[in-house]
Amino acid sequence: MRPLLLKKFTATSCIGVGVAATLESLLEQRSGLSICAFETVDIDTHVGEVAGVDGERLPANLRKFDCRNNRLAELALRQDGFFESVERAAQRWGRARVGVFLGTSTAGILQTELAYRARDSVSGALPPSFEYASTHNSFSVADYIRQRCRLEGPAAAVSCACASSAKVFGSARRMIEAGLIDAAVVGGVDSLCLTTLYGFHSLQLSSPAPCRPFDVARDGISIGEAAAFALLERVPENVAGDSVLLLGIGESSDAYHMSAPHPEGLGARRAMQAALAAAELEPGDIDYINLHGTGTPSNDRSESQAVTSLFGPTTPCSSTKGATGHTLGAAGALEAVISSLSLQHGLMPGGVHTTRIDPTLTAHYIRDNRRGPVTRVLSNSFGFGGANCSLIFGRAG
Amino acid sequence: MSLSAYISGLGVLGPGLSNWSDTAVILCGRQGYQPAPTVLPMPTILPAAERRRTGRVVKLTLAVALEATLQAGENPSELASVFSSSGADGQNCHELCQALSLPGREISPTRFANSVHNAASGYWSIATGATPQSNVLCAFDASFCAGLLEALTQVAVDGRPVLLVAYDSEYPQPLHAKRPIPDVFGVAMVLTPQRRENSLARLGAALTDATHDRLTDPQLETLRAAIPAARSLPLLRLLAMHVGGTAVLEYLDVSRVEVRVEPCQ
Repeated sequence: MRPLLLKKFTATSCIGVGVAATLESLLEQRSGLSICAFETVDIDTHVGEVAGVDGERLPANLRKFDCRNNRLAELALRQDGFFESVERAAQRWGRARVGVFLGTSTAGILQTELAYRARDSVSGALPPSFEYASTHNSFSVADYIRQRCRLEGPAAAVSCACASSAKVFGSARRMIEAGLIDAAVVGGVDSLCLTTLYGFHSLQLSSPAPCRPFDVARDGISIGEAAAFALLERVPENVAGDSVLLLGIGESSDAYHMSAPHPEGLGARRAMQAALAAAELEPGDIDYINLHGTGTPSNDRSESQAVTSLFGPTTPCSSTKGATGHTLGAAGALEAVISSLSLQHGLMPGGVHTTRIDPTLTAHYIRDNRRGPVTRVLSNSFGFGGANCSLIFGRAG
Repeated sequence: MSLSAYISGLGVLGPGLSNWSDTAVILCGRQGYQPAPTVLPMPTILPAAERRRTGRVVKLTLAVALEATLQAGENPSELASVFSSSGADGQNCHELCQALSLPGREISPTRFANSVHNAASGYWSIATGATPQSNVLCAFDASFCAGLLEALTQVAVDGRPVLLVAYDSEYPQPLHAKRPIPDVFGVAMVLTPQRRENSLARLGAALTDATHDRLTDPQLETLRAAIPAARSLPLLRLLAMHVGGTAVLEYLDVSRVEVRVEPCQ
């Protein structure tokens, strides 16, 4: 495939608001996970909650979008000059030539959960103040960013569970390649809500402790929240050496089970293979793999097998979910930004919270940060429904 | 900029519309439209364990996707797909919100797994063994055109056939009052880069500022306006009539999608 330039990117998660704070946490191997005190949730678990989301206010003309998810999107949008970069792209290419493709799994469903508690005691109706389209509906966050940035190009939310905001790079890339648009705002936004906290708990997939990907004692995920964005454009003739390019995308479906990965990671392997083929690279060209690495026994085993079968046992890899938590529909975009920081700053972030690597997992999991040139990174995102997506990023020079 | 593909298979299921051939007869005016609740078939293609776990949208999407792939003579297991829906499974969403509003907050793990927007895509791939990529979109009322544009760019850029499935379902009360989708409706299309023996028409799509089409039959127009996936009806009407022409479909507030249809036979 023809590479694309990440003209600008930003991320906000429990390890930092904006890329500087995110990088600092990665360098210090700091985790943002803490005991769950979210809303009225009564589950023994840890979460990656972003501080200050409740204090965010949306612009007056977009008040109907007000919900935790869009507040988080607004907070992230204003970091690192991202909003200004989008505005410059809109002026350069035209507002109808900039698309918006954002991944989310639950959007603002927290609003609906709260509204169900506030139903009219006689009629059962939801409160009149409840706005379905601009909070609950999966499109709401893409529509918010589209209206906030006054963009008029094609727009959609991609909602493939935890692969959502990796797959957005594919949608945007095809739109640019087909000539429908010249630039795209891609990314992912997912925020804490009861559906996912109680849902993963019901599946016995969430850990009471901070998650420990690839640890011998790993026992589930820690749910996090995040908003991460990238502005994608074609690669211009002259581009700075430390610019980050999207080199390859590979997608596949497990066709196996709704909530469990293929035991040998066949779907994951196909996605990684397809990404390498799209980038015209060999496994040996990848310096570091940012794993999906959720911390459930079966996910990590399946991914480790897939990685080893393709890359062998020496390519360094780690999961950053011990630091950020599993940010679900935002994970692909958040880890795309982490991969970009890895390339720009020569950092392979060690996996936080993992104390004893499971000896039966053959992938080369690193617990300590490694410094040195990083030229190409592969990032994995896999979701319920057997949705798999692998992205390859590289330095321009 | 125009995107093009051949449409080589169609499936439709909705209120008073039982399959593509019956729908085509109604859309070209040879038979009147009689609205009636959508009748969903049993998804016998799914393994029994999965069948027990599925709701209305899985029955709906399996039915239309199988109809379209059968008509196109495509092996579903080798087809990439695009699923697009405004709200996916409305009933399942209601059950979860209801359970979370009660003191114990005990929710069914199956309901949670089925709550993902890509559940229909997941069940489709499990049922048919389809391992290529499946992308799953939502654009609220614009979901049909969002899915169509995604599918057409896949055909154009990846150069291979794509199955598009656009569908919606109703929410029960109290959400129904906020999002009054009346029933389930689904449409599936197999889009191919090259003309096939069984291709129905060549489609060419572009964004436009033109006003969107409406249907002359008031009850069909009500259906078109009430269910996001039914915004495909002006396009389906041209395909049913086997005539060339242009359908302008509702998309985002700032743009419509204009689809040129050139029949193959």
